Amino acid sequence: MKKRLLGAVAAAALALSFAAAAEAKTFVYCSEGSPEGFVPYFYTAGTTFDASSRPIFNRLVEFKEGSTEIEPGLAESWEISDDGLTYTFKLRQGVKFHSTKDFKPTRDFNADDVIFTFERQWKADHPFRGTGSYEYFDSMGMGDALKSIEKVDDHTVRFTLNEPNAPMLANLGMDFASISSKEYYEAMQKAGSVEKADLQPVGTGPFMLVDYQKDAVIRYKANPDYWKGKSKIDDLVFAITPDASVRYAKLKSGECHLMPYPNPADLAAMKQDKDLQVLEQEGLNVGYLGLNVEHPPLDKKEVRQAINHAINRDAILEAVYQGAGAKAKNPIPPTIWSYNESTKDYEYDPAKAQDLLKKAGVTSPLKLTLWAMPVQRPYNPNAKLMAEMMQADLKKVGIDAEIVTYEWGEYLERSKKGEHDMVLLGWTGDNGDPDNFLQVLLGCAGAKDGTNRARWCNQEFEKLTLDAKKTADLAERTKLYEQSQLVFKEEAPWVTIAHSVVFKPMRKEVQGFQISPFGHHNFYPVDLAQ
Amino acid sequence: MLRFLVTRVALIIPTFIGVTLLAFAMIRLVPGDPIQLLAGERGISAERHEQLKIQYGLDKPLMVQYAIYIGNVLQGDLGRSISTREPVLREFVALFPATIELSFCAMLFAILLGLPAGIVAALNRGKAPDHVVMGASLTGFSMPIFWWGLLLILFFSVYLRWTPVSGRIAIQYFFDSVTGFMLIDSLLSGQEGAFKSALRHLILPSIVLGTIPLAVIARMTRSSMLEVLSEDYIRTARAKGLPPWRIISLHALRNALIPVITVIGLQVGALLAGAILTETIFSWPGVGKWLVESIRRRDYPILQGGVLLVATVIILVNLTVDLLYGLINPRIRHAR
Repeated sequence: MKKRLLGAVAAAALALSFAAAAEAKTFVYCSEGSPEGFVPYFYTAGTTFDASSRPIFNRLVEFKEGSTEIEPGLAESWEISDDGLTYTFKLRQGVKFHSTKDFKPTRDFNADDVIFTFERQWKADHPFRGTGSYEYFDSMGMGDALKSIEKVDDHTVRFTLNEPNAPMLANLGMDFASISSKEYYEAMQKAGSVEKADLQPVGTGPFMLVDYQKDAVIRYKANPDYWKGKSKIDDLVFAITPDASVRYAKLKSGECHLMPYPNPADLAAMKQDKDLQVLEQEGLNVGYLGLNVEHPPLDKKEVRQAINHAINRDAILEAVYQGAGAKAKNPIPPTIWSYNESTKDYEYDPAKAQDLLKKAGVTSPLKLTLWAMPVQRPYNPNAKLMAEMMQADLKKVGIDAEIVTYEWGEYLERSKKGEHDMVLLGWTGDNGDPDNFLQVLLGCAGAKDGTNRARWCNQEFEKLTLDAKKTADLAERTKLYEQSQLVFKEEAPWVTIAHSVVFKPMRKEVQGFQISPFGHHNFYPVDLAQ
Repeated sequence: MLRFLVTRVALIIPTFIGVTLLAFAMIRLVPGDPIQLLAGERGISAERHEQLKIQYGLDKPLMVQYAIYIGNVLQGDLGRSISTREPVLREFVALFPATIELSFCAMLFAILLGLPAGIVAALNRGKAPDHVVMGASLTGFSMPIFWWGLLLILFFSVYLRWTPVSGRIAIQYFFDSVTGFMLIDSLLSGQEGAFKSALRHLILPSIVLGTIPLAVIARMTRSSMLEVLSEDYIRTARAKGLPPWRIISLHALRNALIPVITVIGLQVGALLAGAILTETIFSWPGVGKWLVESIRRRDYPILQGGVLLVATVIILVNLTVDLLYGLINPRIRHAR
């Protein structure tokens, strides 16, 4: 009797947790952290974008679901002038901003909103600039790239650039380029509560923010007037759950439908669970060992190639990534266009490494520092273990690597100044453009300001990547980038280690979710099978 | 009594200075520049770095920063979070009820179970029940909270499905927060089943957070009870032929409780410390989780303000306990 009673209680509990889904379709996402805010302009964290720019806003151009390709968003179409300096956008008509209890839009989205959005982040004297700092807009170099933004008519906007900059289009698909309503900010200013405008977002996106209980739950409801049509789910809920094991428990018990960032150790069990499905894809990232070419003998190509041959990356992939990594041979991940399939990778060959070192006139033991990051990053789950494995490999070819580490902020700062010989680091892409990896991480400007940790400035590579940046033609750009990857591989300023694989465990009934190469979580296409 | 009160209250001032100094210095002793961390691999230009340092007041010498901080605290201004830009006090006020609710229920659990367990152990000294209680309380005291929490979740929430995994209330219940206490708000909302859902969500975290205080209370009750039971007046009561339940509940327990109450007061500090882990496991939106997150982000204003506020609460609780204790036990207030 008692047992039966317990069974009934359990069944009731289960029914209760799904009851909501049966009435109005509620999709629950167990997010990994709290957003810093609900407008994207001031922030750079993916967790914040998942909760702000992605559900609530749109951009002029958007990334196709599950890809880094660009498709029309709030701009229906665009034209790029032959000199690559002007971008003219035809805006979509009849797009409505959300209504909230403080604001009812009187007009549709138009060119004023576009200009407002960008000038606010760009012009220091903009009336709505406020005290915030626009980190992402600045760090993408938008201020230097733009010359002017003009309204041609209500539904046409023209961006003029200082010099040709092909990645600009991809930049306009980024989160900081989310379009907000000028009318809304003006109305809030008139009402004397302009600071509330950044706390209660008004966008054109598929979901409207209903409520946020700090650190606990975010609630959205579907935007009935969404220009692509109302989403299939009615309510979207983020249940903020910072611990990965607990997220998994919630997924299993049916308290949420999808979770990000599982523990690698749980993946095998997740894949076997008949209630769950697991999607996977290589992330938009690369983990690498940067070889500081300013520190002899690393200035010699043969020495760098020798290190490439000396390190057993297959063993690292197995021990450090535990199946959640794909071996990298190029500095860009395979999800980015222009990835060069034909690049020939350095095979693991200690004997060849020793030959190369001998050829370079290096006497062993060669003493070098090997820097290991103190933190877990998406592209490197355990830098300490990785460094130890590399140390052992290098020892075999006569290189004595001393492992060095600092607190994370300090590590970034010192490695930026080039204090290291070899440094473990990585990168997660912003806009899916090859330039965002190749120029930022390996360009000559980066060698000067520090984002190029190898401090490698190669004229051939520089010319190829800069020419590509100035070319609007995609086929031409692809060719240049492919070539630049071959130069990179031959010169070997890095040991390319891995692109980590991203896993998304979700319940079986979830349909339509696609992994974004950017690591975004977009719930507009999602549906729940009954 | 007045003198006792005055000395006790006067002692608070140096404690406060100590707390602000510690909170201020500790976070700055930890290496790591909040601006650098904010920027990550992307990096930040040197000029922008300087600008932000000035904006957050981090460019001034430490002593000056501390003086400005204290000046602001005295005016009731704890600053704004670097990451969310919200005032620290507003965030604390929004989150603290969740911590109180959880701590209260955990304490209730610890007392309701710890007292009887301690009494039973004392009455059966050296016999099986004593060994069971003492063994269990030693285990409970040594249990790593994180592991214990996950174990309970896996068993009760995932395997048996009796309790929800985490959060404060099931997703389908949605109402405005009036008091910040979910149990009260769910009743006020009038939504059917909301209160029950809130209660069910409290069970596991309360058990996890209450485990250590439970162990402490059980052991304290046992030893204090044993001491009292060997007193002469108990023997007299027995000799008078009083029924055993009367001896235990009226004569022994009352006196045995005095040290237990002190221990309970002291456990409030331990509860708030335990809440940091418990809240993280159970996704409980309280101040513990908030503080942990702010350490990771080197959010100086939250850490300084949050530690100060939590310390204030602990100081106030301890003060109240001391005063109550003075009321109950005259020996204390006459001691000095």
